[in-house]
Amino acid sequence: MLSKVAERVYWAARYIERVESTARLVNIYDQLLFDMPRQVNFGWYNLIVINSLEQDFNDRYSVRDERNVVKFLLGDDTNPCSIVSSLQSIRENIRTTRDVIPAEAWEMVNELTQFVQENLNQGINRSNRHEFLDHVIKACQQIVGLMFVNMSRDEAWDMLMLGQNIERADMTTRNLDAAIAAILQVEDDEFAVNSRQIIWANVLRSLNADQPFRRAMRCSIKGAPVVHFLLADDHFPRAITYCLNTIIASAKALPKSKDVKREADALHKVVIASTNSESYGSSFRDDLNELQIAIQNLHQLIGRTWFLSEQ
Amino acid sequence: MPIDWKQYELQENFFDELISSPGNARQPARQLVNYLSSLSEDDINSRKIAADSTIKDMGVSFTVYTEGGNIDRAWPFDIVPRVISKTQWDKTAAGLKQRLKALNMFIDDLYHDQNIIRDGIIPEFILKQSKNYLKECEGVSPRFGVWAHICGTDLVRDSDGQFYVLEDNLRVPSGVSYMLENRSIMKRVLPEVFEKVNIAPVGDYPEHLFNTLVALSPRDIAKPVIVVLTPGIYNSAYFEHAFLAQRMGAELVEGSDLVVQDDDCVYMKTIAGLERVDVIYRRIDDLFLDPEVFDPTSVLGVAGLMRAWSAGNVALANAPGAGVADDKVVYAFVPDIIRYYLKEEPLIPNVETFLCYDDEQRAYVLDNLDKLVVKPANESGGYGMLVGPHSTKKERETFAELIKANPRNYIAQPTLALSTAPTLVGKNKLEPRHLDLRPFILQSKDTYVTTGGLTRVAMKKGSLVVNSSQGGGSKDTWIVDTTTGNR
Repeated sequence: MLSKVAERVYWAARYIERVESTARLVNIYDQLLFDMPRQVNFGWYNLIVINSLEQDFNDRYSVRDERNVVKFLLGDDTNPCSIVSSLQSIRENIRTTRDVIPAEAWEMVNELTQFVQENLNQGINRSNRHEFLDHVIKACQQIVGLMFVNMSRDEAWDMLMLGQNIERADMTTRNLDAAIAAILQVEDDEFAVNSRQIIWANVLRSLNADQPFRRAMRCSIKGAPVVHFLLADDHFPRAITYCLNTIIASAKALPKSKDVKREADALHKVVIASTNSESYGSSFRDDLNELQIAIQNLHQLIGRTWFLSEQ
Repeated sequence: MPIDWKQYELQENFFDELISSPGNARQPARQLVNYLSSLSEDDINSRKIAADSTIKDMGVSFTVYTEGGNIDRAWPFDIVPRVISKTQWDKTAAGLKQRLKALNMFIDDLYHDQNIIRDGIIPEFILKQSKNYLKECEGVSPRFGVWAHICGTDLVRDSDGQFYVLEDNLRVPSGVSYMLENRSIMKRVLPEVFEKVNIAPVGDYPEHLFNTLVALSPRDIAKPVIVVLTPGIYNSAYFEHAFLAQRMGAELVEGSDLVVQDDDCVYMKTIAGLERVDVIYRRIDDLFLDPEVFDPTSVLGVAGLMRAWSAGNVALANAPGAGVADDKVVYAFVPDIIRYYLKEEPLIPNVETFLCYDDEQRAYVLDNLDKLVVKPANESGGYGMLVGPHSTKKERETFAELIKANPRNYIAQPTLALSTAPTLVGKNKLEPRHLDLRPFILQSKDTYVTTGGLTRVAMKKGSLVVNSSQGGGSKDTWIVDTTTGNR
């Protein structure tokens, strides 16, 4: 497989994942806001913080309200992480890898891009936002599903897996970080227990993890079990352990994978070590931050190993 | 209101592909025409919309260079197919094979003994002044003596209903993916007609292309490595490059993915390291192929590629230098070329051509610029042409100067009465629009001609320019067998 094609497939997978998770994040966020007690004051701007987009956002908008945040995340083509920009990147990457990706995937990506272009206002205005985002989420799942049932488990597939799981691991750390940040904002009053539970439940929902969490952990939704589940579960596809295991398995199928395997193994040990605690406060945010850096390093190592054409 | 074929305004002195006289369809088109008459205005309109959205979903696009930034543009498609009888097509296909066979013998001769010049069939200066003759190719012997493996020949039908060859594209002809996509669109748009009419399939082209390329492999191995070399995403035909690579299971590469090592072999950069390449279906022009030999600033090509090719370590399709035979001056000699190498009469005639280097013919051309089409010898894509009847006085004066300054570089042809076919205009009105036909011919170990080809339509009323780069559109082309009865 060509190095360049490998790189593009990897990025296509990352962006597909990013579109879906961004859509889901926005889609369930108003539910969180509706559920929180009135006394708790946090708003849409948290979505910007989760994605580390504070600077980009503040360069363009002065008001941190719902409309601006949603517009920025869905339709702003100057925001490289917006749905519109990510779709553009998926298109460019798939357009140039059409020899290894199933032909129907290209058609579906075109359809989705068309849909988003034509219906963007529905997503930005509140009344039809749910339908709009639902369509986006389903279309992403359709694309991934198509590849899952149709693609040969060859090198292109392994590259897709690497991209998808790096993006997922990263997104899960961001969701956890946002939750801890929100928890820290909750005042210690009579509503506190309820508010914390709502926040943790929201994290699970935004990762599509509520049902698997219930089945695996068999306990009520509280900080420690949620963190343990999202860090260490072997079976849930967005748990960081699962992502790392998939990365290791895919790397094994590829040539020259020794360094990537070693790095992913080391990272896994760090993740497991951080599940020893029973309470997660502000110091855990530092751990998550380091985890994000480590995932970023793993991403770069993947690039150095397979993408750069210095042969 | 369904279509009333009696209202279809046949153009006087033009051959119409579907309609022979008001209200009467030609035999191979009869079922199609009847079927279209059975549709209501709404039916036709909704099929048109279905076709447009299919095109968008497929991402079929053709870039026009002047549209800065926006690299996608839906390729205008007309839902009324063009129909040709199988009997007529079979004869035409034989003529196309004959022509390419002779052209390949001609190219091979030019780069070796040049017998055709010694025997006085073609004047030597034509070769000497040809931009597409490459000294670097002299003495090289590609497999099977074939230089142009993929040829796109433009055919036009004159008022007499006869096909003529307008030009041979032997460098990097494009359009075959549109032929294939048009067919899959039509199957979705008019499935009822496909059930009834005996329409020859076109879908096996990638298979034939693959076999043509495999046969060129310099290494005798079970699975030679075949790549499609594209200039990249900003090229107007990128869609096609990706499409063909995908359909053949070949790697789609850019120059930067390839490297020539000291052993004069070509390698591609893969995730496992370097892997040797056997056959390159290149879709970049000769002069960008190798910065070592040609344009040193080219970033599209691969340094050392010509070395590897001359050494016989990699096959290039088409071979460098093959363009020498699609010079429009050489074109005028093709009938003689066929007679010289094959000792046969040409099965498809040329369009009458005036060579401006000849004093007498030049004088005629200069006197009749308002009636003729003037073309530079070495351009493609409809650029740099003068269409006399549609030109201004100033344009004619400019061309007269150009011709006098460089007569060898210009030819002129009578304005052809390009045939027409009914084309959907507005919601459900059918009007005649001019069209041509580009079949694709393959030659290496075997020869192959597409069933039909790409029909290009001048979408503007009265226009004779069908090039996609000049805003033309396309139609599906049906080769219909009327002898075996219907399904």
